[in-house]
Amino acid sequence: MKLKYLLPIAFIALFFSCSTDNDDDAIVNETEGLELIQTIFNNNQTIELYNEKGMFETGYNLVSLRIKDNTTDSYIEDAILSWMPMMQMPTMEHSSPKSTISKALGKDTVYEGFIIYQMTNTDASGWSLTLNYTIDGTDYSVTETISVFQYENQNTSTFMGSDGTNYILALIEPKDPSIAVNEMKVGLFKMENMMTFPVVEDYTIALDPRMPGMGNHTSPNNTDLTYNNADNFYYADLSLTMTGYWKLNLKLMNANDDVLKGEDVTDENEASSLYLELEF
Amino acid sequence: MKTLITVILCLLLSSLGFAQDNNKETKKDTTKLEEVLVLSRRKLSNHRQEKTLSSIDDYLEKSNKVTMIKRGNYAWEPTINNMTSERLVVTIDGMQIFGACTDKMDPITSYVDVSNLEKVTIGSGQEGTENGHSIGGGIDLKLPSSKFNGSGFKSGLDLGYETNGNYKATGLDLEYTGNKFFISADGIYRKSDNYDAGNNEEILYSQFEKYNISLKTGYKFSETQSIDANVIYDKATDVGYPALPMDVSLAEALIASLTHNYKPEDKALKSLETKLYFNTITHIMDDTKRPVVAIRMDMPGWSDTYGFYSKADVVQNKHHFTFNFNGFYNKSLAEMTMFSNNPSEPDMFMYTWPDIRTLYSGIFIKDDFHFSAHETLASSIRLGYHKNKIAKEVGVQSLEIFHDNVQDQNNRFLVSLSSAYQLKKENYNLSFGLGYGERAPSVSEGYGFFLFDSFDNYDYIGNPNLKDEKALEANFSFKQKFNDFEIGLESSYFHIMDYIIGEIAPDVSSMTIGANGVRVYTALDHASIFNTYVNSSYKISERFAINGTVGYNYGKGNDGENLPLIKPFSYFAEFNYNTPKFNAALQLDGNGNQSNYSSKYGENETADYAILNLNLGNVFHNKLGKTVLKYGVENILDTKYSTYADWNNFPRQGRNFYLNLSFVLQ
Ligand SMILES: [Cu+2]
Ligand SMILES: [Cu+2]
Repeated sequence: MKLKYLLPIAFIALFFSCSTDNDDDAIVNETEGLELIQTIFNNNQTIELYNEKGMFETGYNLVSLRIKDNTTDSYIEDAILSWMPMMQMPTMEHSSPKSTISKALGKDTVYEGFIIYQMTNTDASGWSLTLNYTIDGTDYSVTETISVFQYENQNTSTFMGSDGTNYILALIEPKDPSIAVNEMKVGLFKMENMMTFPVVEDYTIALDPRMPGMGNHTSPNNTDLTYNNADNFYYADLSLTMTGYWKLNLKLMNANDDVLKGEDVTDENEASSLYLELEF
Repeated sequence: MKTLITVILCLLLSSLGFAQDNNKETKKDTTKLEEVLVLSRRKLSNHRQEKTLSSIDDYLEKSNKVTMIKRGNYAWEPTINNMTSERLVVTIDGMQIFGACTDKMDPITSYVDVSNLEKVTIGSGQEGTENGHSIGGGIDLKLPSSKFNGSGFKSGLDLGYETNGNYKATGLDLEYTGNKFFISADGIYRKSDNYDAGNNEEILYSQFEKYNISLKTGYKFSETQSIDANVIYDKATDVGYPALPMDVSLAEALIASLTHNYKPEDKALKSLETKLYFNTITHIMDDTKRPVVAIRMDMPGWSDTYGFYSKADVVQNKHHFTFNFNGFYNKSLAEMTMFSNNPSEPDMFMYTWPDIRTLYSGIFIKDDFHFSAHETLASSIRLGYHKNKIAKEVGVQSLEIFHDNVQDQNNRFLVSLSSAYQLKKENYNLSFGLGYGERAPSVSEGYGFFLFDSFDNYDYIGNPNLKDEKALEANFSFKQKFNDFEIGLESSYFHIMDYIIGEIAPDVSSMTIGANGVRVYTALDHASIFNTYVNSSYKISERFAINGTVGYNYGKGNDGENLPLIKPFSYFAEFNYNTPKFNAALQLDGNGNQSNYSSKYGENETADYAILNLNLGNVFHNKLGKTVLKYGVENILDTKYSTYADWNNFPRQGRNFYLNLSFVLQ
């Protein structure tokens, strides 16, 4: 009598425990929420590039990468990677600010890093990406043309400061702004030469968000962008009182408070020459 | 303050204590009683008004304690004791209803019409708290009570025309009353073009159009019990607001209720009335008629309220108790979309009222203790639980731009107390009272986001951390009759603590293009408001009478600054001639110079004025019923003027000839 009931229960339990195991394997979709940008083939390996939108755009791009071993059809978990984006201009070529590549937090097969494309051609052409990686002591390298599309707003700015240095400034946060006090995050890099773009430390960037479409009003309780040496980015509080188009007027100052770029917004001066744009 | 509360409580308790006292000698006089309970209770018999088709607004304006703030020719905002909507409780037959406009373009009184109502009850200060908590007082617009007197069919038609503004009004009402069943329907339609101020100056955007229909039906299923249902639908379109930068393309209300009445005979419980109700308001502002605006915008707002009340009248010995247990749930949402002048930029959007839910429930107890033939002690208490919730997360976040600590919920416990002594002799009336009341901030005061006030030209930001506003009140009235001459004085004083008002937030730039800046709601430590009126009348002969009123008002904050919208010295005089079939009245209405204006809140000095009106009326009786003709001239001298209560001092109507014709068939 009892066995009659126990057996099915035991079977069901067994079935579910098995199936959960299977699920665990299937759920290991480490690229969930990401869109494939491009796949690069390099003999025995396939390199997949992902980000949230599935395309490179000018400005800050957080990129996820995976390397697949084509013979075993499995993803490499212990590669060492580096990269070099390169833009070919009519008279010269240059790279862009970028991070190193490291294993994404909590993931086995996904590597992560960022690239800031400071410009592009109108047809998205001009850029190539070189990937260097080491698997089990063997070095590989591959270069592939990539498409970088123009982002609709100015989310990055390249300019020469009054100290004669070229800087690149890129907006990272808020990605998803709301009518609130948003955390603003910006990357600031110096163009040492065509290939090297080190982080600029300990400067200050004054922030004055404005709505040019509405009498150029500002918003209260913003703070200036200050350097955070934990992650090498600049942070500020950005108040947005309504949706729409905002011009984030900026003024870059070095550690001695010398103004390197940008002006105050006044009744006579509608905008700073250094600014980023935001729309939501 | 605490001592005062104690005093009031003691008075209240002591009167309750007397309830056991058995003294059957004094006869209760209910009509007298009601008279003293409320400041004024004028029956809305429209045939006794100057115009049969006068609006609620016109009607209220005739009351001594009420002044109407005008932003245009339509939807005036009533004030009592120099206090506006937030400090008043305005109800329709005990039903809570809240406007859906962030700019106060739609006071509750704009959603009903005279045809819907039987009477208006105005309670000054804490005497007006039967339906809710207030500081300044309460206005209850009473719907007609059910009747089952078998009077059969009755119908009426009203026609009105006024020359100034080419104003037309038509009203129709139909009624059938049986012994167990009644049904009545009425409709009213009003339309006005722009009116002219004195000297034929056309006031642009002063037009309006509105209609109102209502349906009421009732069934009496036993000698003691009946039930009735009422629906009012009110729709105004193309309403201009000359004093504001925007107009209204739609103001629409649906007000529905179901009432159960229980009237036992020969019991201490005289009546028990229970109502369930619902109302919904849609308000759409519109700037498309304005040729030049800094930026085009849409500003719709919605307000839905669900509620109930249960009200009992108990008469025991010399006590008359009123109990009212009520509750409501309101949802207020308003938003603003601005269209950038640069077409490539996206629309700009925000919630100006981020979906605020208000839940209230409370109980009101009043005792009228007639402890001697001429004396009454009237005491009341209201206790309530009030809860606000910001339903939209973005509402919390947007307020966090201005305030460090924003909770999505706020609970309050509110108390109102009042006690008044009344003495009534044949030639002599006297009353004095004390009160203490609290109120919660309004939705705009608590949660508004960039609400532009064209009066002081500032954008206002709500403050969810405001304390309850509290008031101590003392009032006094006195009336003496000498043969045909009567003189009276009435006076109220309010000491308001944590008086809610907007304070300039320096360094915050306004959202509205051209505004002076931003004010955030905060509270003055205290403020004082005082008013006094002297009324007199003299009956010269059987047919001739003359009456007059002078008033003085005062309002100051603890910072020494004048409060805004305080009425200057005012006077009114009327000369009457009355026969049963004809009446005539010549009126003089005026204000002194407004010298104690509040420059801090955008007021400037409003000059004194005086206008003359002439009103005439005839009644004709015939076999079918009667015909009432009312006609006259307002502002005979075509004076160009504005009062302190005219938003941005826009001028009022110049000379106006009017004619109202009413047919009553029965
Ligand atoms: Cu704006
Ligand atoms: Cu409005």
